[in-house]
Amino acid sequence: MNKVENNKAWFLVLPVFLLVAFSAVVPLMTVVNYSVQDIFDATNRYFVGVEWFKEVLRDPRLHDSLIRQFIFSFCVLLIEIPLGISVALMMPKEGRWSALCLILLAIPLLIPWNVVGTIWQIFGRADIGLMGYYLNAMGIDYNYAGNSGDAWATVLLMDVWHWTSLIALLCYSGLRAIPDAYYQAARIDRASGWAIFRYIQLPKLQSVLLIGILLRFMDSFMIYTEPFVLTGGGPGNSTTFLSQTLTTMAIGQFDLGRAGAFSLIYFLIILLVSWLLYTAMTHAEKGE
Amino acid sequence: MAEIHLKQLAHSYSDNPQGHKDYAIREMDHVWEKGGAYALLGPSGCGKSTLLNIISGLVTPSEGQILFDGHEVNSLTPQQRNIAQVFQFPVIYDTMSVYDNLAFPLRNVGKSEAEISAKVKDISYMLELENVLKKKAKNLTADEKQKVSMGRGLVRDDVSAILFDEPLTVIDPHLKWKLRRKLKQIHEQFNITMVYVTHDQLEASTFADKIAVMYGGQVVQFGTPRELFEKPEHTFVGYFIGSPGMNFFDANFQQNELYLDGHQIALSKEMKSKLAITPYNNLKLGIRPEFVEVLEADSPLLSQLNSDDANTKAALLDSCENCFKCEVQVVSDLGTYKIVSLKLGNTEFKARLPEEQAVPNGSVYVRFPGNWLKVYADEYLVD
Repeated sequence: MNKVENNKAWFLVLPVFLLVAFSAVVPLMTVVNYSVQDIFDATNRYFVGVEWFKEVLRDPRLHDSLIRQFIFSFCVLLIEIPLGISVALMMPKEGRWSALCLILLAIPLLIPWNVVGTIWQIFGRADIGLMGYYLNAMGIDYNYAGNSGDAWATVLLMDVWHWTSLIALLCYSGLRAIPDAYYQAARIDRASGWAIFRYIQLPKLQSVLLIGILLRFMDSFMIYTEPFVLTGGGPGNSTTFLSQTLTTMAIGQFDLGRAGAFSLIYFLIILLVSWLLYTAMTHAEKGE
Repeated sequence: MAEIHLKQLAHSYSDNPQGHKDYAIREMDHVWEKGGAYALLGPSGCGKSTLLNIISGLVTPSEGQILFDGHEVNSLTPQQRNIAQVFQFPVIYDTMSVYDNLAFPLRNVGKSEAEISAKVKDISYMLELENVLKKKAKNLTADEKQKVSMGRGLVRDDVSAILFDEPLTVIDPHLKWKLRRKLKQIHEQFNITMVYVTHDQLEASTFADKIAVMYGGQVVQFGTPRELFEKPEHTFVGYFIGSPGMNFFDANFQQNELYLDGHQIALSKEMKSKLAITPYNNLKLGIRPEFVEVLEADSPLLSQLNSDDANTKAALLDSCENCFKCEVQVVSDLGTYKIVSLKLGNTEFKARLPEEQAVPNGSVYVRFPGNWLKVYADEYLVD
């Protein structure tokens, strides 16, 4: 068969090309552009090369937020993944109750970020908040605005409340996709409940868990609105995560060059960790 | 190994079954011998999977008993009954190696590793899996996977029966016969009671010593492949077994004589007396295409039949038992044999003829040999 070559076909690619250019390439290049200049105002700017990158990498304030950020994302994954899986395992398999569970689980996912922050900000207050008031009434000295441990616990609890549903729903759909024959075969092979989980359910959940872990890592690593509304990054700097540091730098101090360099490093860290997670999990799946 | 006795067994999925329609399995009584190879054959929705699940213990029958070696097992789970089952799609433990898959049922009952290793070696040799023992099970081909799921049943030497639920559905056609032969070999070597569910008559007849043909929730015939072919006890068995299926003609029985399209059919005295006392709503005559004789052009009978003298013709037709004049509709040459579609009165039927026999256009004379012509009252054989 003769293929007809028509170079006009390239025009068909144009819409996608434009879309990607304006949504990703242009903003990214703008940031790259900022990151290599020192900008004083609209007309005064000087090329400084990699100076900003060097400075950012040496900045102890950023080191602290980066460590906090890693600890936070690690805790989020450590709690939400097992919890999400167990919730999915405990959910009824069919009928009215499963529909009800699905709706209840979906509710937190539908609430806007800043509303979630506000809900927990009030919920945790010692004077009028349901949780804060009763914790204090029970004799627990709880104050998220003054105690950095309490602040951390509240931010984590808020994130778990907000996002565990996502993992649970993903796992639930994964579990429903396992044919009944697997469970029957396992029973016939006299497999224990643990063995069924370990050798049937968990392997079949691998692909949805991969998506879940990546999503939760990226989202938690970029978390901004909820802790900003809840604690404003305090007390002190104890719940100031990377994105908040970045925003303060870029908008608060109008330090565009430094913020640009920081953004790029931030982006590369997320890319690198996501790639590592992805490779590790797909590698484990393939096996020998 | 066990003898399986289905005693007045029936099953309905509804709590309060009213009539036949509410039953997925209508009452049946069968004994399946120890070490036999049986097939459950029937179209989708005939109840064969329900029956298999009743035997395996996944479904508890609503009526009757199921006995293994004389002991009632109605309420026992599959593991208590010691059943092994191979499903339509290969069920394997993805993350384990083939070796671990085969060892899994043994490890679960706490056998020693030495014992396990010996047994797995045996079975993998039998199933020709010894070269892939170290491979991850998920990287196998579909037929290897199916062999692994079979192997998990075979490693346990205490299984009472192995049940197969259409196990070759996902297997490539050229591997099907290979796996079927493997099954047969395993059956001969281990002598385990095996029950095989399928909708494919070829699979059923190559695998099983005896086939239970199911239709509308009942076993309409339970017999060897040959019995199913030569003496279908129900019109459905006639239709379903054989290719093409059995031909059926409406018949009527008047004044102690049976007529097909106005022609009298030769009938033995016993048959006549039996028909006279059998109540029925409809009466059919059936003959397999293989047994229909189309008279050849050079047969002496035919030359006389073609004579112009109407009286001789009538006399000859009378003397030729069960001979009919038919119209040829279509001749399909299938390479090794021919299928001829014919029309007798308003009924179409088929004849299977040897490749070399020539078939004229227009009219031919056919003969239905009496011993292959079966009478069915309300779809059941009158015998």
